Amino acid sequence: MSSAEGTLAPAVLSANRISKSFGEIPVLFSIDFDIKPGEVHAIIGENGAGKSTLIKILSGIEQPTSGSITYDGETVTLPPDGKAEAMGIVLIHQELNLAEHLTASESIFLGREIKRFGFLDLGAMRSKAAELMDTLHVRVDPDDRINTLSVADKQMVEIAKAISRDARVLIMDEPTAVLSVAETQTLFEQIRRLTARGVAVIFISHKLDEIMELADRVTVLRDGQLIATVGTEALTPDSIAQMMVGRELSNLYPPKHEPDVDAPVVLGVRNLTAKGVRDISFDLKRGEILGFAGLIGSGRTAVAEAIVGLTHRTGGDITLDGKPVNFTQVAQSVDAGLAYMTKDRKGKGLLLNMGLRPNLTLLTLKKHIKGGFLDGASEDRALERAVRRFDIRARDASVAVGRLSGGNQQKLMLGKTMESEPEIVIMDEPTRGIDVGTKQQIYHIIAALAAEGKSIILISSEMQEVIGLSHRVVVMREGRLTGVLEGAEITEAEIMRYAAGIKQSGNDERISA
Amino acid sequence: MSVSAPDIPAKTKRGFRLDLKTVGPLLALALLVLLGISLNENFLSYNNLTNVLARSSFIGIIAIGATFVITAGGLDLSVGSMAAVIAGVMIMVMNWLIPTMGIGWGVVLAGMATGILLGGVAGTFNGMMITRGRIEAFIVTLGTMGIFRSLVTFLANGGTLSLNFQVADVYRPVYYDGLLGVPWPIIVFALVAIAGEITMRYTAFGRYCAAIGSNEQVARYSSINVDNVRLLTYILQGVLVGVAVLLYVPRLGSASSTTGVLWELEAIAGVIIGGTTLKGGYGRIWGTVVGVVILGLIGNILNLQNLISPYLNGAFQGVIIILAVMLQRGRKNA
Repeated sequence: MSSAEGTLAPAVLSANRISKSFGEIPVLFSIDFDIKPGEVHAIIGENGAGKSTLIKILSGIEQPTSGSITYDGETVTLPPDGKAEAMGIVLIHQELNLAEHLTASESIFLGREIKRFGFLDLGAMRSKAAELMDTLHVRVDPDDRINTLSVADKQMVEIAKAISRDARVLIMDEPTAVLSVAETQTLFEQIRRLTARGVAVIFISHKLDEIMELADRVTVLRDGQLIATVGTEALTPDSIAQMMVGRELSNLYPPKHEPDVDAPVVLGVRNLTAKGVRDISFDLKRGEILGFAGLIGSGRTAVAEAIVGLTHRTGGDITLDGKPVNFTQVAQSVDAGLAYMTKDRKGKGLLLNMGLRPNLTLLTLKKHIKGGFLDGASEDRALERAVRRFDIRARDASVAVGRLSGGNQQKLMLGKTMESEPEIVIMDEPTRGIDVGTKQQIYHIIAALAAEGKSIILISSEMQEVIGLSHRVVVMREGRLTGVLEGAEITEAEIMRYAAGIKQSGNDERISA
Repeated sequence: MSVSAPDIPAKTKRGFRLDLKTVGPLLALALLVLLGISLNENFLSYNNLTNVLARSSFIGIIAIGATFVITAGGLDLSVGSMAAVIAGVMIMVMNWLIPTMGIGWGVVLAGMATGILLGGVAGTFNGMMITRGRIEAFIVTLGTMGIFRSLVTFLANGGTLSLNFQVADVYRPVYYDGLLGVPWPIIVFALVAIAGEITMRYTAFGRYCAAIGSNEQVARYSSINVDNVRLLTYILQGVLVGVAVLLYVPRLGSASSTTGVLWELEAIAGVIIGGTTLKGGYGRIWGTVVGVVILGLIGNILNLQNLISPYLNGAFQGVIIILAVMLQRGRKNA
């Protein structure tokens, strides 16, 4: 909990009975919201609840249809296109808005360059930037190019930029979605430093534990309605989740069906070495959900990409049903019944400008060719099946998938992957950035697939998810496999010990367990 | 993050814009035709229309190849120079074959085969440099544009390469004659357009082109052999340049360093006016056909009236290109 002394102060920014409609469709209904100096106010809700619209209105990017915004006690109309920044309201987008080729210092002063006699005063900007980085305790050199920085450091540059603009209200859209646990903690320290200086912070997150840790107050939105604004001390993660979905989330994770003890090994990996990973060995049994836990950057995705042939494997052996395989192209692994579902659904998973159908069938287009030509009717049937099976919701099939909610995009990607009828599926972060309700659906789909006899590798940075679904858990750290856990060992604390390098097992004696 | 809510207005607006985008080029074409009719009663005459269409067919056939290249996120600036060098070599080969083969269709067919083969080779070279050499398409084809242009100048020794007079007589009908009164270039253009439209819409290759142009990473992760599909678009482009040239050579019977100058820009302009996205991901062949015809009609209409100087042809074409892209901007999404 950060500084709570601000709670008695008057609000610095407030929204009063804000409603917003796009065309004839209302998306926000008479929302009251306020933020006080030095406070952290979290906004939470399922996808489509109106969170993004609300922060866009609070930062002036969208104008409310009715209702008013009060800033410093005065009713104002916030200028659009981020010009509210000059007034001290800064929005940090989820997809950070930094020009990749500029340096940190150039980024911080972009659009407000310090000049001397009409020319850029590079020295002054550099030293000012270094000063800002120091106050934030960030180890970023002002001359570092943005594209050489980690996501966490980029975020710090954004925050430095915000501070350099004397931000009084800092709005962050899911800042921790792409951060590791350690990076999240650093971010939270920064936020606490800012609030101690009286900056008001609004942030959106899907991670309930983070909200419990950081926020002073929580506003829950559901379907564009304000459900409640409550002090965090009066809440539990369960009660927040219930307010979000409006129903009990008793069985978020389906019951585990242990695979047969003598289920055959379908995928065997021995001493796999590729870019970023070394000496990885593990077995996957039929009907098993094998969790892959570890910090972001621990090499789990690299393992998956090396197995399916997306990246080059420099060493090690892979067997499929006991037979050695060597995939150099994704098409080969797909044909062999092994599919990989990327974690980057917007960058690598879906064609955002296209409709549902071409996206669904892209991986398996060959199945829909008749006499050399595409069979649209066959594609339509596939889409119909997938929509039913995975509960994909879209206004119509021609809507560009970039316009779907994250949850529906994820379900479409799952449908696309399953179109290849794989026996083994590697799912990389299958629930990243989607709401609780959809998560639950996906968990049940994963469990059902395993019960059908499919084998699943589940890579996830949400420890609860790995624990709730997996029969066994592989833990990775810095490109190496540090442990394989099963049964009662699968606990958050135990995984963390392996992920952080406190514990390490010689993996050879455990792989066949 | 909730993306669904703000999408709703885009949807309603999109319905309107999408219509404009689909019918936009057709609307422009209709306006031009009306304008043409009002300016000169001869506009709709058989002679005038076949003349315009026949002249447009070279650019049209090349532009259909360019539609695939651009849809797959590529670009080929070399097509104009490529056309010139193919025309030059075709003429040299035919002249060289006369002593052995004599005057007749044998020589002409050999010349045609040479043209198509050369186009395929040139396209393969571009495509290999881009996909295997990992050099940007703009750079590669800017380079080959210079190379091809210089080659034809060299082969013609700075002057003009002329086809043997008698062979030219045999070859002439390929441009000037036709079937049921429709000149051959128009027939070939139509056939290429129909085949192109079918390929783009109803084959895996067409779908893969759009997928690669939309997001190369997604295509790669979807088990598409990105390099091969890309390479194929450049080969197809080269072959179609060859096809265009074998219809062009009988028109003048000669080639020089000025043959095919700026054809690459006209072809790209036709593609863009037709509604294909320059950065790739979406392409339509029928649009390209309409785009090329629009460009041809502008020149024709300027020639049929005497209020505005026909020398302003390029300026009008330029305005149309900019307008077309402005009207299509509403499509930008995601």
